[in-house]
Amino acid sequence: MRLTYPTGVKIIRMPCTGKLDHLYVLRAFENGIDGVFVAGCLEGQCHFREGNLNAAKRVKHIKTLLEQVGIDPERLAMYNLSAAQGPRWAEICTEFTERIRKLGPSPLRNKRQKA
Amino acid sequence: MIVGKQKPISEIWDMIKDFKKIIVFGCNTCVAVCHAGGSKEAEILASLLRIKALQEGVDMTVESGACERQCEPEFIQQHLEALKAHDLVLSIGCGAGVNLLSAYTGNTPVFPGLNTEFYGAVQQAGHFIEVCGGCGNCILHLTGGICPIVRCSKSLLNGPCGGTNNGKCEINSEQDCAWCLIIERMKQLDKLEQLFAIQPPKDWSRGTYGGPREVIVEHIAADEKNSVGSTKERKS
Repeated sequence: MRLTYPTGVKIIRMPCTGKLDHLYVLRAFENGIDGVFVAGCLEGQCHFREGNLNAAKRVKHIKTLLEQVGIDPERLAMYNLSAAQGPRWAEICTEFTERIRKLGPSPLRNKRQKA
Repeated sequence: MIVGKQKPISEIWDMIKDFKKIIVFGCNTCVAVCHAGGSKEAEILASLLRIKALQEGVDMTVESGACERQCEPEFIQQHLEALKAHDLVLSIGCGAGVNLLSAYTGNTPVFPGLNTEFYGAVQQAGHFIEVCGGCGNCILHLTGGICPIVRCSKSLLNGPCGGTNNGKCEINSEQDCAWCLIIERMKQLDKLEQLFAIQPPKDWSRGTYGGPREVIVEHIAADEKNSVGSTKERKS
């Protein structure tokens, strides 16, 4: 398909979004990352039945935690798409990058450098 | 098990913000089962506090750790050296864990990172209900295994009251009336007639109203009693 998407998107592979751990996301933010999105399979199509549904619940919970420590929960998102949806993947990467660009760099980035 | 719920970050931050070297210390028994205070929750809370410290521009280090049971000396012993090397231990064990740790950590204070809620059971994953009041005088054999002390909003021993409404409680329409549950259960057990016996006033002095309680198992306990928080312990 030779699709392009923003180069700032770095991929961390998981066997299933059901493996998503709070700490994967928190450590990314702690290290100054600007935003994280979780890309799970379409709802109802999880090979492990409900891995993506569990991930969605976890993402919702992590958003409440981030808010409590002053990180805009909009910096975290969950999307559902299938492995066959290449164009949608490129679209999500662009959409999320735009969202984060509007929010600006992570508030922790400069503070980490100073510390 | 003992069910706990983590305090809001803002409340925890107010407690800890003046300390420089902190360890969040979990307990891998009851509070780990209720996803509030195990080693995983300790790591998450430590990460959140590090982010908060960065946001606030406060210079502090926050580490995490856990033991299998904070309420037993033999399980905390191996961690004491590491705990004492910090300015503050933020325990996310239950209140029993905080009490015991505090008796052993010398000059290092121990603060609570969660609120100990109740003695509970798992209704379904992530949903815990209060089922025992720890009243020191169990009558579950008379009530079909349903505790009227905590499951009835009024702790009635001779129920139901006039507020029961189609099996729900007048205090909260979502909550089952414990006495309706008791009657149904006793019917099922074919023991309904037992409920006609009037229960006398309860001796509440055997519960928390009679002062701190202790249980001594004589064939196991050492001759010399060594209570939690004694002067001898604190000096060690």
